[in-house]
Amino acid sequence: MTNLTDLTVAEIRDGFRAGDFSAREVAEGFNANVAAAKALNAFIVETPEKALEAADAADKAKAAGETLGALAGVPIGMKDLFCTQGVQTTAASHMLEGFVPTYESTVSAKLWAAGAGMLGKLNLDQFAMGSSNETSYFGNVISPWRRKDGGNAALAPGGSSGGSSSAISARLCPAATGTDTGGSIRQPAAFTGISGIKPTYGRCSRWGVVAFASSLDQAGPMARTVRDNAILLETMSGFDPKDSTSLDLAVPQWEAGLSSDLKGKKVGIPKEYRPDGLNEEISAMWDRGIAWLKDAGAEVVDVSLPHTKYALATYYIIAPAEASSNLARYDGVRYGQRDLPDGAGLQDMYAATRAAGFGPEVKRRIMIGTYVLSAGFYDAYYTQAQKVRALISRDFELAFEKCDLLLTPTAPSAAFALGEKQADPLAMYLNDVFTVPASLAGLPAMAVPGGLDSAGLPIGLQIIGKALDEQTVLNASLALEERAGFNARPDKWW
Amino acid sequence: MSIDLQTVKKIASLSRISVSEAEAEAMVPELNNILGWVEQLGEVDVTGVEPMTAVIPNHLRLRDDAVTDGDVRDKVLANAPQAEHGFFAVPKVIE
Amino acid sequence: MTESTYRVQGATGEWEVVIGLEVHAQVTSQAKLFSGAATAFGAEPNTQVSLVDAAMPGMLPVPNRECIRQAVRTGMAIDAKINKWSRFDRKNYFYADLPQGYQISQLYHPLVGEGEIEISLDDKNPDAATKVIGIERIHVEQDAGKLMHDQHPTRSYVDLNRSGVALMEIVSKPDMRSPAEAGAYLAKLRTILRYVGSCDGNMDQGSMRADVNVSVRRPGEEFGTRTETKNVNSVRFVMAVVEHEASRQVDVLEAGGKVVQETRLYDPDKNETRSMRSKEDAHDYRYFPDPDLLPLELDDAFLEACRQSLPELPDAKRRRYEGDLGLSAYNAATLTADADTARWFEALLSEAARIQKKSEGEVAKASANWLLSELYGALNRLGKSLEDSPVGPEEGAELLALVADGTISGTIAKQVFEIMLETGERAPKIVEEKGLKQTSDTGAIEAVVADVLVRNGDKVEQYRAGKEALFGFFVGQTMKAMQGKANPQVVNELVKKALAA
Repeated sequence: MTNLTDLTVAEIRDGFRAGDFSAREVAEGFNANVAAAKALNAFIVETPEKALEAADAADKAKAAGETLGALAGVPIGMKDLFCTQGVQTTAASHMLEGFVPTYESTVSAKLWAAGAGMLGKLNLDQFAMGSSNETSYFGNVISPWRRKDGGNAALAPGGSSGGSSSAISARLCPAATGTDTGGSIRQPAAFTGISGIKPTYGRCSRWGVVAFASSLDQAGPMARTVRDNAILLETMSGFDPKDSTSLDLAVPQWEAGLSSDLKGKKVGIPKEYRPDGLNEEISAMWDRGIAWLKDAGAEVVDVSLPHTKYALATYYIIAPAEASSNLARYDGVRYGQRDLPDGAGLQDMYAATRAAGFGPEVKRRIMIGTYVLSAGFYDAYYTQAQKVRALISRDFELAFEKCDLLLTPTAPSAAFALGEKQADPLAMYLNDVFTVPASLAGLPAMAVPGGLDSAGLPIGLQIIGKALDEQTVLNASLALEERAGFNARPDKWW
Repeated sequence: MSIDLQTVKKIASLSRISVSEAEAEAMVPELNNILGWVEQLGEVDVTGVEPMTAVIPNHLRLRDDAVTDGDVRDKVLANAPQAEHGFFAVPKVIE
Repeated sequence: MTESTYRVQGATGEWEVVIGLEVHAQVTSQAKLFSGAATAFGAEPNTQVSLVDAAMPGMLPVPNRECIRQAVRTGMAIDAKINKWSRFDRKNYFYADLPQGYQISQLYHPLVGEGEIEISLDDKNPDAATKVIGIERIHVEQDAGKLMHDQHPTRSYVDLNRSGVALMEIVSKPDMRSPAEAGAYLAKLRTILRYVGSCDGNMDQGSMRADVNVSVRRPGEEFGTRTETKNVNSVRFVMAVVEHEASRQVDVLEAGGKVVQETRLYDPDKNETRSMRSKEDAHDYRYFPDPDLLPLELDDAFLEACRQSLPELPDAKRRRYEGDLGLSAYNAATLTADADTARWFEALLSEAARIQKKSEGEVAKASANWLLSELYGALNRLGKSLEDSPVGPEEGAELLALVADGTISGTIAKQVFEIMLETGERAPKIVEEKGLKQTSDTGAIEAVVADVLVRNGDKVEQYRAGKEALFGFFVGQTMKAMQGKANPQVVNELVKKALAA
């Protein structure tokens, strides 16, 4: 019999409907994998009972001949940035340790309503700030991948959705939610040989998702195939009147629209994404990707996004600025951690609570954000950054006059070892260099695995599309997926 | 521009994050490094460019004036570190 | 326009006081500015709080159209520029009554720009002494929650019922020069808000409160350093703050000191202001556009609907009362000073005109006089307001009609009114049942007049000898003999005739 935990979301969905197996069998299989993978530290909270509950409901509905939800019988992992009613939600911080929301985020509610079951809350970088999953209060997430160099260095699963990427590539769940502020879905997907899409800003409601940087945060799915991403994204997307930035548009049928035939499509290759000193293997993978898209019928054109080199600095002003304000609500008054030294007044309580509740990277970003917004510096930093952001966005608009999508690398390197970049925040920030521009412009972008590098680690490709054109992004990604034939998986060592 | 120890302490105070002397000292070069790097934005010519307001063109919707929420005190207070008599409790504030 | 001559007399000479007000007015709405929780006053703690108001993780603001509409209407009522493109900003600071750690407000692009309010400084003659006070802006923002300090020895309690309620901040220019002007401005602003219906103006419930900016200078010189006294909640207190703060600053300056730019608090019990050092430490609010909200763009249809919905405003109404209705300046001012009074008066007027089949102009004076003297007198005695008056405009109009058509005399009308207040009965019924109808039966009246003249022969002689002032005496005696039920005009004529005979 097939190992149920090797199946994709589409295969589980279809097999369950066909009666090949029960939803309970699937849930039990993944629950067992989760329970056996403590070494990866991918979950902060495991909820096997939730997965079984949803599975039993799906089995019952099927037996009764009721209409099944789009994700009936499919268990998934939930990034611990989504508030889940009755289940601790921490954003991987000490600050929110023990916080049990009395409400359910819009995106997770949609997934449950579609019949999905929750395997648990996935670890992440604290408040989604990080690119290696080393900032979680609940410990590092370990990538299931190892270099083929005889060493056993623990590798980063990427961040911030590192619990999601690690869990999916290790077959602890067939799919998971992620959130992407500057690359937090795409970079971990690239590091672990899976796919993930950040949709257009406004497609997925932010309601009930712990905020990092409001103008950048966007939820999206992560899974092993492009089709699975399309399936999940359809359920996660949709207008939410509770989010003022939500797009009031119908959700396209992306799965039904999947086609890897790119005839008539123009693929732009932005020259600024090939800086001097770009990792040769990354560069070579990009060239292979270009060839694959040509093979799929697309025409390749060179384009320029001249302000690309300023994207990262722009991001590291805007994101911390918004974060410094978004995280002001964690003050020890209404929920979460409270640190009350003897005889402390209110303001002392705030300072002690926040010193104890936030990790170093979160504090660093709050401090940067506070500084760039402070009197006398606001225009030089924040206003300037929002102007440059407008220029970056305009770069994309102009490029999209000449092409329908862009192909770029996802990350400047394959996964690095845990601890390798921790000492230098700046070196860590540079990981997001290829993912941040699309975030700043709110554009849909997807990471797909392209192959393994010489060390045996996955490296990925990124497709960036026009606003609202997720279909083309998915289709081009599918074309890459078919040609890459990526079927490598990490050897089980955990 | 570069920031000194006193500025770091001031930012920490504005951020309501207590820092020890040693922590503050360690942050000086760290924050200077990052701020020095983001200052490259100053070289971009932004003449005539309006700061970005909406990431994706979209209009601010206004909702109707109807009471649709509230009356959920138990939910509001459920996670409070200290709640008494239906209030959140904090150390006494002297105004 | 009137130039203020108000001066503080210092030991070294005269000082002029400069005043600007920032008024926070709670917008009348069912639900809060960014959440669906109720705004009603006086609820149990934390019962009118949504998860948005409590700033739970992941909660997001969605603006209430009515709050925007009311602020726009208010702006239109003061002839202000309405900005079709505005934006919400976050004002960042930490306090226990501020769950988000920031207040959503508008700094860079307010909803309403410059406007003006005309105040009058002479109640008796409102058009004689007027002054225009400039309005800098009106923006919309969230109210904070409430801290209670006296319920526990070592703790303060937080109630978030007010958290997120919509406020308009109405910022004046520093155009006022005396306590009287500041008081008149605040009173006039409150009148306008109540007319527009955008704020109930109840200062004792905190629906309206003022931050009072005061500085002093030698007449004609540059502005001095100002202080801001927060949350002053009555017209009288605003005037007291100006007076107190101006003389305090003069004392400081004359003693060779400097006025410190600071936030102060008014203590009405001691009638003094004191420095609020606790709020001084962090004045760096790090304003930036709220990334959870898009720019607020208003279309012409919305603005036009706002304009169409505006009522007649107090100045226009007052001038119409004077011009079209022929009321005295004082009566017109009194009747229009409060929207509820004007509404009551107009209901009375239209009903009186309808019953009497006359124009409103023809019944206006009698209606105004009755309302301002009879009704107000009665309400004062009973300790009631117009709102809970036992006699409504329709009942009042019926009473006025009985006087106007000669059914009863003014004297009898007073008695009938008393009975109406006591019993709640309507005037026609009372007159009917108690037989208070006045008589115009000339025969009956002639008989009484004749009797009065006979019994007062001496006075008749004096009258005829030229003491014409006695005429009133004969009329009075006749009315008295007829228990007030004789038609006074008829009595007048018949007495005149009898005396001339």
